[in-house]
Amino acid sequence: MKWSLMGLAALCVLPLSAAAQKSTADGIAEYRAMLQDGNPAELFEARGEGLWKQARGPKNVSLEKCDLGKGPGVVKGAFVELPRYFADTQRVQDLESRLLTCMETQQGFNAAEIAKTPFGAGEQKTLESLVAFISAESRDMTFNLPQSHSQEKLAYEVGKRLFYLRGGPYDFSCASCHGEDGKRVRLQDLPNLTKNPGAGNGFGAWPAYRVSSGELWSMQRRLNDCYRQQRFPFPGFASDATIALGVYMGVNGKGGVSTAPALKR
Amino acid sequence: MKKKTYRHAGLLAFSAVLAGCATGPSTQQVDEATQQVLKSSFREQGIAKLDRLVLDASNKACSEAAGANLDDKLAKSIEAANLATVKLPADGKFLGDWREGEKIAQNGRGLTWSDKPGEANGGSCYNCHQISKAELSFGSIGPSLYNYGKIRGVADPASPGSRAIVEYTWGKLWNAKAYNACSGMPRFGHAGILNEGQIRDVMALLLDPKSPVNQ
Repeated sequence: MKWSLMGLAALCVLPLSAAAQKSTADGIAEYRAMLQDGNPAELFEARGEGLWKQARGPKNVSLEKCDLGKGPGVVKGAFVELPRYFADTQRVQDLESRLLTCMETQQGFNAAEIAKTPFGAGEQKTLESLVAFISAESRDMTFNLPQSHSQEKLAYEVGKRLFYLRGGPYDFSCASCHGEDGKRVRLQDLPNLTKNPGAGNGFGAWPAYRVSSGELWSMQRRLNDCYRQQRFPFPGFASDATIALGVYMGVNGKGGVSTAPALKR
Repeated sequence: MKKKTYRHAGLLAFSAVLAGCATGPSTQQVDEATQQVLKSSFREQGIAKLDRLVLDASNKACSEAAGANLDDKLAKSIEAANLATVKLPADGKFLGDWREGEKIAQNGRGLTWSDKPGEANGGSCYNCHQISKAELSFGSIGPSLYNYGKIRGVADPASPGSRAIVEYTWGKLWNAKAYNACSGMPRFGHAGILNEGQIRDVMALLLDPKSPVNQ
């Protein structure tokens, strides 16, 4: 697996220099097509399914009673309706923050400790596999985030504020890169996340297997790196800012089709 | 228990301001919730301190505009305030070495929480602009700068006839918001991203007739 990936990664470099004027999107689409039958995200999906069913944590129970918004234990279709409001926690939650809740209340883990754990380590690895599994169960389904609860509406408006909030020494906001159609950073095409198809395609591709780092990135991790590159301070894992941005992007992407967990360069 | 309180602080931010809200949240509710969410969500990491969330007047106005144009009067006053920050080179020397400028334009590093304090920052220019024709990996957030000096008729940057373009270009690099209130370009001199010597080198990349930009 490793060898074939490295080979394909090498192949991918060629189009950049030999035919750089060809659309980057075309090149990336070809690259994805080549790997379609073997997206390493599948390994995370399989592991995630096992972890979902496995009795774990101080209470030694599985996550099979976890309510992701469609009732206890219902996984299929949950991803395309998240983030949403949950009555038990009285907050709007995305997939990762909801999993933290279930890991704490049902399995007895300490959610705050997991939130503080670096990406890719300890129980964060568990979360990466779980989001791969849960999102894959909604693959090809249409995003339809609820906006009926007042807190969901507020989260959308706060997400919009955060999306346009310019800060840090570079004066960047999310909108600096993702507020218009047809823009690129270097050769990387940037989805316009304020409307479809950009919002559906961009939001709808995470979690994704990131070839360049050889890891499965959750949306939380993707947003964390966006904020790093914006030169902002560090957003907390599953913090309300990241969840509100998820609501903003997800609602803008309504009607888009989920391809998560996708494959990214 | 204390941790738990902290973790749910954000939830209070969402719920506290919502009593009696039937249709959509009011502007004031969104303002308050946004401030509370910012406070509860971000922490300092490395050189990225929390003061980065404090907005100056131009960032505040342009954030609130959410991509729309500012009204003319506000835009003009923001541009005037930014123009007043531009420091022209004390020794009158505007151009450095275009070869160094090209390295700065290529370098996209600097000032993230994973960068070390005191390291020289890059200009990130190619992230958003076409510059030299030889570099094919360029972004499109800003306009093409290929032939920047040539198009503007700068045959001799030291000549009096080139002075206006040279000063404008310096000003644009020092503080882009002096000419466009909500420009997406970082304020390289004003924000201390690039030092005066680095700005000279980028100036040469754009304006030196020998620079590949002007071939």
